[in-house]
Amino acid sequence: MVATAQPPKRRQWLGHAALVLLMSTTVTAFLAWGVNPLFVLLTTVSVLASVPLVAARVSMSKDSRREWKTWLFADGVRSVDRRTALRLFGVAAVFGAVSPTVPKLAQKALAQGTPDVGELPPRARTRQWTMIIDLRRCDGCQSIELPPQCTTACIEGHFAPEPMQWIEVYEHELPGHGTRFVPTPCQQCQNPPCVNVCPVGATFSAPEGPVLIDQNRCIGCRICMAACPYDRRFFNWGEPPIPADAGRAEYDLELQVPAYKGTVMKCDFCPDMVRSGTLPYCIQGCPHRAIYYGDLEEDLATNGRELVSVSRYLANNDAFLLKEELGTQPRVYYIPGHGEDIGRDPTHEGFLPIRWPWTRLAEGSATWSR
Amino acid sequence: MSSWQERLEERTLDPARSTPRNYWLVVGALAAVIAWALYAYFVQVRDGLVVTGMRDRISWGLYITMFVFFIGISHAGTLISAILRVANATWRTPVTRMAEFITAVALMTGALFVIVDLGRPDRFLNVLIHGRWQSPIVWDVTAVTTYLTASLLYLYLPMIPDLAFFRDRLTGSVSKWQSGLYRILAINWKGTDTQKRQLHSSISIMMILIIPIAVSVHTVVSWIFAMTLREAWNSAIFGFFFVAGAIFSGIATLIIMMALLRRVYRLEEYITQKHFQYLGFLMAAMAGVMLYANISEYVTAGFKLEEGAEFIFRQLFVAEFAPYFWFYIVAGILAPIVLIFIPRMRTIGGIVAAAVLVDLAMFVERYFIVVTGLRAPLLPYEPANYTPTWVEWSITAGGFAFFALLVTVFVRIFPIMAVYEMAEEREELAAERLSLESDGALTGEAGL
Ligand code: SF4
Ligand code: SF4
Repeated sequence: MVATAQPPKRRQWLGHAALVLLMSTTVTAFLAWGVNPLFVLLTTVSVLASVPLVAARVSMSKDSRREWKTWLFADGVRSVDRRTALRLFGVAAVFGAVSPTVPKLAQKALAQGTPDVGELPPRARTRQWTMIIDLRRCDGCQSIELPPQCTTACIEGHFAPEPMQWIEVYEHELPGHGTRFVPTPCQQCQNPPCVNVCPVGATFSAPEGPVLIDQNRCIGCRICMAACPYDRRFFNWGEPPIPADAGRAEYDLELQVPAYKGTVMKCDFCPDMVRSGTLPYCIQGCPHRAIYYGDLEEDLATNGRELVSVSRYLANNDAFLLKEELGTQPRVYYIPGHGEDIGRDPTHEGFLPIRWPWTRLAEGSATWSR
Repeated sequence: MSSWQERLEERTLDPARSTPRNYWLVVGALAAVIAWALYAYFVQVRDGLVVTGMRDRISWGLYITMFVFFIGISHAGTLISAILRVANATWRTPVTRMAEFITAVALMTGALFVIVDLGRPDRFLNVLIHGRWQSPIVWDVTAVTTYLTASLLYLYLPMIPDLAFFRDRLTGSVSKWQSGLYRILAINWKGTDTQKRQLHSSISIMMILIIPIAVSVHTVVSWIFAMTLREAWNSAIFGFFFVAGAIFSGIATLIIMMALLRRVYRLEEYITQKHFQYLGFLMAAMAGVMLYANISEYVTAGFKLEEGAEFIFRQLFVAEFAPYFWFYIVAGILAPIVLIFIPRMRTIGGIVAAAVLVDLAMFVERYFIVVTGLRAPLLPYEPANYTPTWVEWSITAGGFAFFALLVTVFVRIFPIMAVYEMAEEREELAAERLSLESDGALTGEAGL
């Protein structure tokens, strides 16, 4: 065997230190983070990396083991003497003491806002918010010759950046001829595909039903937009056009104000409004009172004028769900119709385009098309 | 030592010893493209994804196409060096190293494009901190990083003896850091029997391990799409379809790379017509598989024509995306089969041409799968359109340049061919022949 030069002591020393650092950080990272993908990642990586080594070890005879050690640690380190061992322990102790703070610090720096909506005051019953949209009373605001007022009120109340229409009126063809208008908010699915696919839990189901988004956690991967079958999620492609005052507000995920570039937004079912005892903007905006908001638990809903029993109202009026066959279990119910209760002729098509009142006020911002 | 082995060693040492003509020109040009792409990315980070052609309704585009395409290409290495190693096909040995290079480099490029596509790249680490097991994206991150680790290891293990060979032969004639690199990476390889045994057992474990990993990777890539409620992606064969496409485009990329490196580093003696032919046959076989997968996919959906399917078929077969689709079927799947099965066309040039077509077609396929799936309207609205902007094209070009640059640099630093394995196999072969001959001699004698 050719004798190779013995590497200087210092270099070995550094090598050991690096090894110990790596090991102790990995171990503490596991402990600090518990079971999550990082854990799995690191485990996979280290298991994979060690498989060949272990395999080689197992296949070795006893006296080739010494050779193996020689191979791995370079010539010269045939055995670890007491002094080296003590030093190694010392290094391990130092790194072991310091390293738990590393993941903690990283976590602090990176945990940009955790949803605190889960901490609702304990109640006997948890509300289960729901919405009923009576299409017999929706004419796309044709009769008042304005753009759909639910959408307009929502945009003004939420500072929804152009071109987002969190509640959007779609014109569906009727069999035969003519159309009907279907105001479409986020369906607040009980089996929400968008929540199921989000890699970071930025979008989640709140205990009272609404599906919310933490724009401080969202990484902008947009898989939720691909997953939502109702086209109900919107992305801040550029610097969102919102009024300057809204931009200065302190972020609140229930309000989604201020909007952040590179994150997703959508209808949030106005949890803040109902908590303060008012109805969502869209309901207040609707001139024909076509939208009801209520609680499935208490079986009551109101459009601001009258109070109805949710179950009775749905059953008596042949309610339906949008794309029920997908199994998303929406919390938004529809009563079939085409504006007949307020005298709309189904062949009268079209509605006026939506306007965003402040886009010109929002300096330095961009708008975009859908 | 035989002169055959000497020649082989010299050839393999060449790239590290002397700079080929135009080397710096190529590196410079690639670096310039990358610099331009970095500028485009800077613009994208500054202004947001609004500078791309993506919008709410078609919310993924070229970047995700690049991701799928490059992760697909990475299957070249696994096929050639693992599946064929398991099958004991020794002809593959001279091209294994190149295939493994492609795997590692393509994975890095592909993974990069996930980050390029993010609206908030600054929060990428959230995937590790807040990651949820239920999300297909987390499956992808896990699978891709595992595959990257495994394939780097699988690139490295068989390279140890070759690195030791470089260490022994090049120290002194190359720069200090380079010989230092060889010394460290060769982890004291001396070619003792124990070391050989250890190496062999390590390689055989990795070669089995890496196959399921590779298959899982492109399966979960396809599941990013198949796990959403979109008509066009709602398919149980999506995973298989993607894996088949991955191997298909991986072979094509390997063929192109072989042709280039063979020319630049004059490897004609080792990479021969035979290699192109065998890989060509494999590619044609995969084209057949792809054809079958396409038929299964589209006939089952097209016959029933459920609600929404009509729109998808129309845009794919006759309207907006028809040119892409038919290019993919005709030039990407049928033409290679024809090119490879007509003996007169089965030259190196012909096979490389087929490979170029396959790669182009597979890129186009990834593109239209992503875009057509998103384009189909979910509610009554006018379908959106997607046209990539200069930013997207620049970053995409930068991705290709990054891939090419890494390969160019890798090939100059690391052994381009598996010298050790080639020599070993040749010895085995010679030994076999010898024993056969003596067998023959024996029977001959017996016959007398
Ligand atoms: S409608 Fe879309 S965004 Fe709203 S909960 Fe359902 S899947 Fe999510
Ligand atoms: S875009 Fe944001 S909310 Fe949507 S899946 Fe990605 S991280 Fe979650």
